[in-house]
Amino acid sequence: MPRNVKTTVGLPGGPTRELTVTVHELDAPRWDAAARLRVVGTDVPRVDGPAKAAGAARYTYDVARPRLAYCRLVRCFRAHAVVREVETAAASKLRGVLGVRTLVGPGGRVTFSGKGVVAVCAESEEALDDAVHAVRVTYDVRPGPATTDDARDDAAARVDPRRGNAVPDARGPERRGDPDAALARSHAQIALTFRTQVQTHSALETHGCIVEPGADDTYTVWASTQGTGAFQASMAQALGVPVESVRVITEHMGGGFGAKLGGIDEWDREAALFARELGRPVKAMLDRREEHLVAGCRPDSVQALTLGADADGSLTALVARTLGTAGNGANGADAANTRVYAVPNLLREQTNVATFTGRARAFRAPGHPQGMFALEGAMDALAEALRIDPLALRLRNDPHPLRQVQWRLGAERIGWERLRSAGPGTGSVRRGVGCAAAIWYQKGGGNWVVRVDVRRDGSVTAASAVQDIGTGTRTVLAVLVAEELGIAPARVTVRCGDTRDPAGPPSGGSQTAPSIGPPAREAAVRAREGLAEVLAREWGVEASDVAFEGGAFTAGARTATFDEACALLGPEGLSVSGTRRANYDGFHGETAGCQFAEVEVDTETGVVRVVRVVAVHDAGRIVDTLTARSQVVGGVIQGISYALHEERQLDRNLGDMVNPTLDTYRILGIADCPEIDCVLTSLDSGFNNAGMMGLGEPVTVPTAGAVANAVSHALGVRITELPITPARVLAALRRPR
Amino acid sequence: MSGRERGERRGVTRRGLLKGAGAAAAAGVIARPAAALAQHADDGVEIAGPGPVHLVLRVNGAAREVEVEPRRTLLDALRGDLDLTGAKRVCDRGTCGACTIWLDGAPAYACSVLAIEAVGSEITTIEGLGTPAAPHPMQAAFARRDALQCGFCTPGFVMACAWAAETHGAALDDATLRRSVCGNLCRCGTYPHVVQAALEGAREMTAARDSGAGDGAKGGR
Ligand code: FES
Ligand code: FES
Repeated sequence: MPRNVKTTVGLPGGPTRELTVTVHELDAPRWDAAARLRVVGTDVPRVDGPAKAAGAARYTYDVARPRLAYCRLVRCFRAHAVVREVETAAASKLRGVLGVRTLVGPGGRVTFSGKGVVAVCAESEEALDDAVHAVRVTYDVRPGPATTDDARDDAAARVDPRRGNAVPDARGPERRGDPDAALARSHAQIALTFRTQVQTHSALETHGCIVEPGADDTYTVWASTQGTGAFQASMAQALGVPVESVRVITEHMGGGFGAKLGGIDEWDREAALFARELGRPVKAMLDRREEHLVAGCRPDSVQALTLGADADGSLTALVARTLGTAGNGANGADAANTRVYAVPNLLREQTNVATFTGRARAFRAPGHPQGMFALEGAMDALAEALRIDPLALRLRNDPHPLRQVQWRLGAERIGWERLRSAGPGTGSVRRGVGCAAAIWYQKGGGNWVVRVDVRRDGSVTAASAVQDIGTGTRTVLAVLVAEELGIAPARVTVRCGDTRDPAGPPSGGSQTAPSIGPPAREAAVRAREGLAEVLAREWGVEASDVAFEGGAFTAGARTATFDEACALLGPEGLSVSGTRRANYDGFHGETAGCQFAEVEVDTETGVVRVVRVVAVHDAGRIVDTLTARSQVVGGVIQGISYALHEERQLDRNLGDMVNPTLDTYRILGIADCPEIDCVLTSLDSGFNNAGMMGLGEPVTVPTAGAVANAVSHALGVRITELPITPARVLAALRRPR
Repeated sequence: MSGRERGERRGVTRRGLLKGAGAAAAAGVIARPAAALAQHADDGVEIAGPGPVHLVLRVNGAAREVEVEPRRTLLDALRGDLDLTGAKRVCDRGTCGACTIWLDGAPAYACSVLAIEAVGSEITTIEGLGTPAAPHPMQAAFARRDALQCGFCTPGFVMACAWAAETHGAALDDATLRRSVCGNLCRCGTYPHVVQAALEGAREMTAARDSGAGDGAKGGR
């Protein structure tokens, strides 16, 4: 029977909410703020850390199979072209070449640089190299505008011949109140246009897989994916076999950041078709240039914002018009530049611009880093116009009760008052401080299952097809199961990323931990109950009389350790599972956070140095504070990298990327990495049995905005364009004020 | 030591080797493109390739035989032929450090060294440093401090940090460490934990050496 439970959720000593929730009868008992936990909420070293540090962790890229063959696509490096001729005979005849297949024949159209035109398969990587170079394709090159600005031109070549490149978003504008009238009445208003660049995911392990045919039309696939389930389903479809005939394994994954969601890609399919045809395993993994060109990016944006407020700083109206490109597909303009602050009058319009470039893919908090950069830049400009402190303006307009606490916490940690009143200084190196808000929405969900097996020898295994993409999913499962069984996390073996185990969530939108953690807890509770029953039989008492406390089972004077209880199990051990139950009502549907950045800007060279970042975040209950801090720090670092360095640069005429390497596409290095102070407020969210929420995305949302505002503070000039390169800093300083 | 310094120290690049005698000349074997054959046929250098050649590499203290084309990089030979997959190919051009190994005790980018060029050198890979069950102090510090997330950059970082610790000993500080490993890139953003782990690992290595316990701190065999 479902039970009604009265509970208090929120931050102890801070904002809370009283709730009555209907708890699923099989769900694990809810942990509230008063729960006394042993390992949950402490620093637990990642369970696969030793294997990774020893180079013993096997990624898809590392899997070795007997008779492994290699597949790669010959690509067109022009933005817009029509194939004239494809010449593959020479390549087919080369020693070691196993197959050549034309994907785009004469007359076929290519609409982005990097499109695969011919697929090649060979015995060795060297033979593959030779074959790729021996394929000759000639093209009629057409004009293909590759930047948002060029593609918007009415006269520009069209990606989709049936319509212009600039298309208003299908969802239509978002409107509330009467923004024009409200702006006219506002005490102060500012209008600014912000621009952001295209960023590539640049995960260190590239996309790809190994497909190995087995008996009876079955396949084993090692894939570098953020979703074993979607990869399995789409691979089965490509091979024309039932889903059960394909087993996908993702034991370790070398980063994805959103680019590896959503099933197989062209190269995976070609590898699979060669594998089926040749009856041997085939590997296809992208090289660095391909990864930059064809495997996704974060859309750029042009965001025109008008923001108004009353004399006391209360926001009155916001008008946000956004353009953006997601390449040769749809969407792209979805910048989250109207969230966070309460504004009574709003207009939000978006125009998606198709360009002749590779398609965007979900990238850590899609739409948010760019949107928050613009919104928070506008907030600072408005504060300046109102002559009030930027933090005071935020506190006045931020409706999130937790973020109200976090702003103050962060300001204290960074020394906001001191840095603001000290000002940028007058020397050639100026100092600045800025802040920005984080927002996210992830409570987890789905009806995923985790299985827990306990054996007579006391060994415990938790299994789910969920993949650990480097966020620490494996460790979160180990900690939760260990907590319930009263053992050390290192004693729990977690089997992750194998579709033979119960299905798990894709790792996107920060859903992994809050979706798969609660069922792991439930399974562990079931296992504990199973052991209690065995003991009850042994002791001749009722199972309900067996208590579990401090890591031991007790009934009256009798007591048994976990291992002693396991020893009573039959040879088959105990196998139980837990299911992700529907979410309960909780504290607040939005995760709150904020970041503060302190920077130094050299006004002679234009170089920006981020000195310190204070990152205050929340994700409900934090299961492992050590790996959670790693996530926060990682999000901040990616954010600084986005703010200062990263930019996909395209040849304007040819549409090819001119910096498709890791030396020319710069990402932040260790020498420029600032001190990062990470504060987790970890309230009890209430949404599931463990109170967990998602953390991976919100932590990168505010960084660029905070850094840009700090640079603007240092310079006394507003930064409106990313990345903040030395050239842009110097140009901003030259701008007449 | 930065990536650039490493390249200079080796003095040989993949392309450079094809042009003239590199380190491999010492081993009496040199790969040349076919066009260069006639020109150099009588200068007394044995010419290898373009087909596979038999090489003996000294890896983690053992002699290992491989049959590889002269154009095969040391990284590909280690990974593909010897199944030592800790070192990764990420940028394939000496930028990211994910392929860092030690050649004669100094870090090198294995993607930028030919296998044939490494003949006669002592090669140490991450697998030669320690194992999950018996880790090198630097590996243990990385795991303890969570100086890794996806872990793809980690073997390279561990090799670079362990070398910095061996070279600078007790003098290894934050700034020196950062300079030493700035030829390594991480996309997940582990740098602050890497610094913590490296300094801690270095202290342990120094302590072990001072107390004469020795072996683990030396790294490799
Ligand atoms: S793969 Fe060798 S340095 Fe990047
Ligand atoms: S841990 Fe993922 S790249 Fe460094």
